[in-house]
Amino acid sequence: MKEKVESFLHSKLSNYIFKDETVTSNIPTYFIKSEGIVPVVKALKEDPELKFDFLNDLTAIDWLGKKDPRFEICYLLKSPKNKHFRIMLKVPVEDGEGVPSILSVFKGANWPEREVYDLFGIEFINHPRMDRLILPDNFQGHPLRKDFPLEGFGQDYLISNLLHIHQED
Amino acid sequence: MGLTDILQKPGQALGDMVQVTNLDAVVNWGQSYSLWPYPFATACCGIEFMGTACSDNDIARFGAERPSFSPRQADMILVLGTITYKMAPVLRDIYDQLSEPKYIISVGACASSGGMFDTYGVVQGIDRFLPVDIYIPGCPPRPEAIMDALIKLQEKVKTQGLEERRAEIKRKIEEINERNRPLIIR
Repeated sequence: MKEKVESFLHSKLSNYIFKDETVTSNIPTYFIKSEGIVPVVKALKEDPELKFDFLNDLTAIDWLGKKDPRFEICYLLKSPKNKHFRIMLKVPVEDGEGVPSILSVFKGANWPEREVYDLFGIEFINHPRMDRLILPDNFQGHPLRKDFPLEGFGQDYLISNLLHIHQED
Repeated sequence: MGLTDILQKPGQALGDMVQVTNLDAVVNWGQSYSLWPYPFATACCGIEFMGTACSDNDIARFGAERPSFSPRQADMILVLGTITYKMAPVLRDIYDQLSEPKYIISVGACASSGGMFDTYGVVQGIDRFLPVDIYIPGCPPRPEAIMDALIKLQEKVKTQGLEERRAEIKRKIEEINERNRPLIIR
């Protein structure tokens, strides 16, 4: 199955491959250029042989100081037809760059993409509602970035209206 | 026999038929045995409260009979679990909806001090913005600890009058305002 996916990617979508790098992992990993993620995911989903039509997870990694570009968006795809075979697609992005949203292929990517935006600050282009999902709307910063301090920058501004209690005499 | 004599020897002059006391004591006595809790459960301490309310431990023996899921019908609020910055306004809203007299029990390490979550998302103790009456240590506390807190609160309700209660709340709110005052450097 791994060879099939590899030959499929190299024969039909070779112009979208970012680099060929073997990752020590039990899941085959492929690096895709950011402008190619939508056609690659669409092709893998619609191919009658491969049929990667289940998006297991969509998340990101911050490689601050270890890799360049800094971030990697990870798409974990599963093919229920082929004994639930899984592959990982990684899209390297630099800070401030955007990634095309795969919402047109997988509807379930809506909230994971918003979560990645919430915690890492990576924008998804063509997403219908690129707002914070989990944290309060007035939250400053993106806490899963490696340069965000664990305790925050002093978080009292989030409950500033609660910290003073008015009393009636 | 005058009223003074009867008051000096309660329960003796007229036998067991009449007991003499003052109104405050009767009201407080009744209140202390019907402290309906509002469980504000956000984490594992909530599960521990369920254990306290079930038949093995049975918090109903002490009069905290019915967990009220409307704050308007509750006398005390049990804050069970981690309070995040996003949850804090909700907790304050619910506290404001409780009818007077109202009491707060902070159950477990998370509610009392943030616990092990010294992070960007968790309020370091609900006493940052609420006047807490009783803190229960533990992560999570045993049901015995929750019942002990309830008995301590009953003692407080029985002995504390209305005026004293008002003064205590006022003092605690002043302490909160003083502690949270932003530093102004000129």
